[in-house]
Amino acid sequence: MKVKMKRVDEIIERYKGEEGVLIQLLLDIQSEFNWIPHGVIARISEKMRIPTSQIYRIASFYKAMSLNPVGRHIIHVCLGTACQVRGAPKILDRVEENLKIKEGSTTADMRFSLRRVNCLGCCAMGPVVVVDGNYHGKITPAMVEDILEKYE
Amino acid sequence: MPRLNSKEDLKALRRKIIGVRDLNKPYITLCSGTACHATGSDAVAAAIQKELEKQCLTGEVGVRRTGCHGFCERGPIIIIYPGEICYLNVTPEDVPEIISKTIKGREIIERLLYADPNTGEQMVHEQDIPFYKYQTRLVFSGNLWVDPTNIEDYIALGGYRALAKVLHEMTPEEVLEEVKRANLRGRGGGGFPAGRKWETTRDASGEPKYVIVNCDEGDPGAYMDRSIMEGNPHRVLEGLTIAAYAIGATQGFVYVRQEYPLAVSNLAIALEQAKEYGLLGEDILGSGFEFDVKVHRGAGAFVSGESSALMNAIEGKVGEPRPKYVHTSEAGIWDKPSNLNNVETLANVPLIIEKGADWFGSIGTEGSKGTKIFSLVGTVNNTGLVEVPMGTTLRDIIYKIGGGIRGGKRFKGVQTGGPSGGIIPEQYLDSPVDFDELTKLGSMMGSGGMIAIDEDTCIVDLARYFVDFLCDESCGKCVPCREGLKRMREILEDIVAGRGKEGDIELLKEIAVVMKEASLCALGTTAANPTLSTIRYFRDEYEAHIKEKRCPALVCKDLISYYIDPEKCIACLKCLKNCPEGAIEGEKRVIHVIEQSKCVKCGICYDVCPPKVGAVKKISGRPVPPSLPEAERAIRKGKKKGGGSD
Ligand SMILES: Cc1cc2nc3c(=O)[nH]c(=O)nc-3n(C[C@H](O)[C@H](O)[C@H](O)COP(=O)(O)O)c2cc1C
Ligand code: SF4
Ligand code: SF4
Ligand code: FES
Ligand code: FES
Repeated sequence: MKVKMKRVDEIIERYKGEEGVLIQLLLDIQSEFNWIPHGVIARISEKMRIPTSQIYRIASFYKAMSLNPVGRHIIHVCLGTACQVRGAPKILDRVEENLKIKEGSTTADMRFSLRRVNCLGCCAMGPVVVVDGNYHGKITPAMVEDILEKYE
Repeated sequence: MPRLNSKEDLKALRRKIIGVRDLNKPYITLCSGTACHATGSDAVAAAIQKELEKQCLTGEVGVRRTGCHGFCERGPIIIIYPGEICYLNVTPEDVPEIISKTIKGREIIERLLYADPNTGEQMVHEQDIPFYKYQTRLVFSGNLWVDPTNIEDYIALGGYRALAKVLHEMTPEEVLEEVKRANLRGRGGGGFPAGRKWETTRDASGEPKYVIVNCDEGDPGAYMDRSIMEGNPHRVLEGLTIAAYAIGATQGFVYVRQEYPLAVSNLAIALEQAKEYGLLGEDILGSGFEFDVKVHRGAGAFVSGESSALMNAIEGKVGEPRPKYVHTSEAGIWDKPSNLNNVETLANVPLIIEKGADWFGSIGTEGSKGTKIFSLVGTVNNTGLVEVPMGTTLRDIIYKIGGGIRGGKRFKGVQTGGPSGGIIPEQYLDSPVDFDELTKLGSMMGSGGMIAIDEDTCIVDLARYFVDFLCDESCGKCVPCREGLKRMREILEDIVAGRGKEGDIELLKEIAVVMKEASLCALGTTAANPTLSTIRYFRDEYEAHIKEKRCPALVCKDLISYYIDPEKCIACLKCLKNCPEGAIEGEKRVIHVIEQSKCVKCGICYDVCPPKVGAVKKISGRPVPPSLPEAERAIRKGKKKGGGSD
């Protein structure tokens, strides 16, 4: 946690003294750690003099921010309209059944976190699943297992 | 690069850039938009670099990586100059051949060209491909030419000329007048005239004034704003700066989604370069006009794209709407007059200034001028971004440009306007697309999402999808929207699960009326549109679900069963091996049977059964036929066996 807090302080430093920057700050924390740990919220509150309640309110309002730790691999299943009409719900079902978790949660062994997203801008490849930034396009439910197996 | 201090400086720079560019020098333009990135443009770029080095050509061949070309269906796309040869679906393995044959030998590789699916005729140039041929690319055209990380590419195309004209030859009032006369309507959803909005902010009391670009793009099926921002950010910045001048603002914001990393980074580079060249900041182009732009990343909430919510977010607060009796154009960010426009709206502004309101007015329909970019997606053959004059018919867009419905399926309808829009059925395919026509049809323009659906899409399930989306995205501040959406979702979930009751349709309509009348922001007031429009045009599908417990499109999980047709099954074991639940029983030469109690309806058996055989069926509204008696399941002689015993 020591090293982490140093990073946190560096990020906070970028915004100190500016107005209306809480969302930007939290986004930076989110992209650094993939989630926003409670200890970090306390730190931000202390350094930026913002009540923790306000920070929690923002962090829980926005989809891009997570208050729970994430797994080693993050799966994004696109459920944008274009992917939806090309069978994305079946893909999500399959991933959920395979990992035995629901969208928005993480497997007990911390191997995968599963999230749904809206349009990734590559509808031509739909339905699309992105794992750790790798795009898998035009997938069918039968392909799900093989894709997941690639990520240990 | 020294900063540009006058209109003449800009002109001279442009001449210089064009002057040193040798038009005969071979150039490879590689699309690196989001979709092409996903299909491997990075690997292609690396292969090009490697091959050029290997063949000692790095100095002689230019490479440019651009934003989205629009025809994402066939990416990665490269265009080779001179000759404008367009290659599609390029892989790293194709690269050595492209360099040796096309670059060195000026020889065309036919395999990489576009071939007409009907006639097989091959096309060398992008503009001959039907997908492009029927488009009018004005706003989007720069994407083909510009490396978004190099401001000089944009300047070479005449970029910032409109800004120079405005700052040195026009008063703010004249700019305002020109935009008003062009009748440029907002591309972000409402279609409100941009000139009038600018005027309100200009006339409002309070200083400073702000101008903002909305690149939140909340519609879950649209990606044109992202592609403009990624591929040609300077055009948006130029438009924004012109708006600032007309309005009298000195501070601008770009609100862009964090989930668009390429847009965020290209925008940051563009801002940096614009400042360096004296096109942003103090004393722009030596005119004395000062304007600065800050980037605010949005954190993915649909409702935050609404104007007052967006302004809350810029202030660092939770992005939910404010009460509507004050307009943001008069009291927006920190209660100062703030003008918000969509990305595409602002990208039109430099064109209007350069070519004039009359020119702009000559394109489009009576009430909707100019072009509109649509993201044509769903079950069409040619998915991508399409720019057409307002008033183009749906049929032209879907069939001429989109190449019709894939897999020979039947067209069922087209969804426009995103979660606030509706679904337009086949009988209106010849309607011209503009703001007012779409509204008349019970849908709307929205931001330009256009999702074609075929016979395999269940209309009720699609309505449920939008309500579910909005239910998650409603900020919950006002009761009609929050509770109305929840009730609608419950009812629609019941209908698709086979628990629909007589009277549900009427109840949906009743809730819709209240939401429309009493919600605080447009998320709530338009939320019922997808449901209402589908009830209007596809009532029979609702009734089939409710009365017969049947899903005509064979989609709704609780209303369908998978079944193996014993007449067709060849006992190949494919489905059996792939079924994740072990629900299929059979063996070699024994017709397979699905044990319905174990089946989770994942559809894998349906997908893996060889298309020629097609033994797995989906059935709805009737019971699954009883399976054959054990004795009759054996297939003799490896040949197909009928049911009867000799
Ligand atoms: C719930 C909701 C979401 C919206 N999302 C967006 C969006 O993502 N992008 C956008 O440009 N406009 C969006 N709008 C419309 C904006 O409120 C605003 O009208 C628009 O950005 C103004 O720009 P324009 O006049 O140039 O169209 C949204 C509106 C609502 C009610
Ligand atoms: S209409 Fe919906 S989204 Fe808009 S303010 Fe009310 S609850 Fe929030
Ligand atoms: S639908 Fe899925 S679970 Fe059901 S039989 Fe087919 S493969 Fe097995
Ligand atoms: S809807 Fe999935 S990528 Fe666009
Ligand atoms: S991203 Fe390459 S064509 Fe759209």
